[in-house]
Amino acid sequence: MTGDDIRAAILDILGDIAPDEDLSDLKAEVPFRDQLELDSMDFLDIVMELRKRYRVQIPEEDYPQLASMASTVAYLEPRMKEM
Amino acid sequence: MVAQRPEHERIVITGVGLTAPNGNSLKELRDSLLAGQSGVVPFETRYFGPTLAGVCRFDELRYQRRKEVRRGTRAGGIGIYCAREAVHDAGLDWENVDKSQVGIYVGVTEHGNVETENEIYQIKGYDYDTQYWSHHHNPRTVANNPAGEISLNMGITGPHYTLGAACAAGNAGIIQGVQMLRLGECDVALGGGVSESIHTFGIFASFHSQGALARHDDPTKASRPFDADRNGIVVAEGGCMFVLERCSDAKARGAKIYGEVAGYAMNSDATDFVLPDPGRQAECMRLAMRRAELNPEDIDIVSTHATGTSSGDIQEAVALRNVWPGGHTLLNNTKSFIGHAMGAAGALELAGNLPAFDDRVCHATINLDRVDPECDLPGLVANQPREMDRVDTILNNSFGMLGINSAVIVRKI
Repeated sequence: MTGDDIRAAILDILGDIAPDEDLSDLKAEVPFRDQLELDSMDFLDIVMELRKRYRVQIPEEDYPQLASMASTVAYLEPRMKEM
Repeated sequence: MVAQRPEHERIVITGVGLTAPNGNSLKELRDSLLAGQSGVVPFETRYFGPTLAGVCRFDELRYQRRKEVRRGTRAGGIGIYCAREAVHDAGLDWENVDKSQVGIYVGVTEHGNVETENEIYQIKGYDYDTQYWSHHHNPRTVANNPAGEISLNMGITGPHYTLGAACAAGNAGIIQGVQMLRLGECDVALGGGVSESIHTFGIFASFHSQGALARHDDPTKASRPFDADRNGIVVAEGGCMFVLERCSDAKARGAKIYGEVAGYAMNSDATDFVLPDPGRQAECMRLAMRRAELNPEDIDIVSTHATGTSSGDIQEAVALRNVWPGGHTLLNNTKSFIGHAMGAAGALELAGNLPAFDDRVCHATINLDRVDPECDLPGLVANQPREMDRVDTILNNSFGMLGINSAVIVRKI
């Protein structure tokens, strides 16, 4: 998957777990939680959906890497490039 | 001495919020009950396949965002809808109500089966690897979930909990609210019951294995309590929450008062897991009347519990005949319209009868084409509503598995 593919996948997941949010203006460098109404349970949903949909395992110590779209894509790109 | 209690100990109903398979407000439910309108439809559930159920079609997004619906449970969503509707109906100045003085008491037959079945179904797709088990499972399945979701949605910081009372739960929620008001634990009680049971295949499969699940080519005719051709229960979802207040508070704010909870009782059969004991049921009804200082002949309408099973209906008929061998008291049954709404049943069935205080009509028991001779009770209102000279008192029965019995009496005020 390319960076764009991963971005689209994350947007798809966010669309499911935050269905009331407008994601069209999401800023890549700004933390998700500063732009969206996401709590810790929602964040765990992102981790779970990545595991379910792409079998990507994200260790708990790496969770901070998923803070923003840019950091998430940067973190996942090497792990999902063969998908 | 309920009648002579001071007004601050008399508890009245000032608001009703509900969703039933044949109506999403008290008016809609009442209209359907008087028109003979069933809410039973074809329904298909995982593993079990096609069956029949009472299905609610309320607007889930009226009081919840999509995210809340997704995160929560169906029972929670039903509870929120009913509680919000009840508060609105009560005309409370909600913004200025002290939320720490509001108590939430929600009866449930069961809770957590739906969510657990869903998770097991999910991880089946991952070879039962539990790392795919949702972190939402615990908050969805804790027994207080439906009441807790109401608390979260409405910002209520008083006590909230559910009452697990099988199919007597709707009455149990009302009774708990009355008791907490009398104890001074709250100033406004939201009491009633909810059920999401149609979303668990287990309840259908278990009733089927028990030989107690209704079937009929015409879904609207499947739920037929007291009829000779009944063959079991139609499972339904639903909810009904009442706003309960002290009579003194209700009068002080000029509230519309539906009626006073004049008496109630709960007891136990202590005899069998599923078979009811008519002796204890009769005792329960008599105890409720004694507490209300009423005699059987003082009761105008009895809202029966009968579910449409072969033995349960006969047992309740024995109890009813014991208490009302004759007289002017009329008997009806709401499950014949909507099926068995489990934890919501008691509250919904009471609610549907409350307008009788004003319109003086006893709604019918439908599908009573050929009355079972063993259930041929004096006063049983078959198929067509019946006008009455007066309706001042309603006794509402709700019984459940493991021998739990309840009766609530509401008196016109």
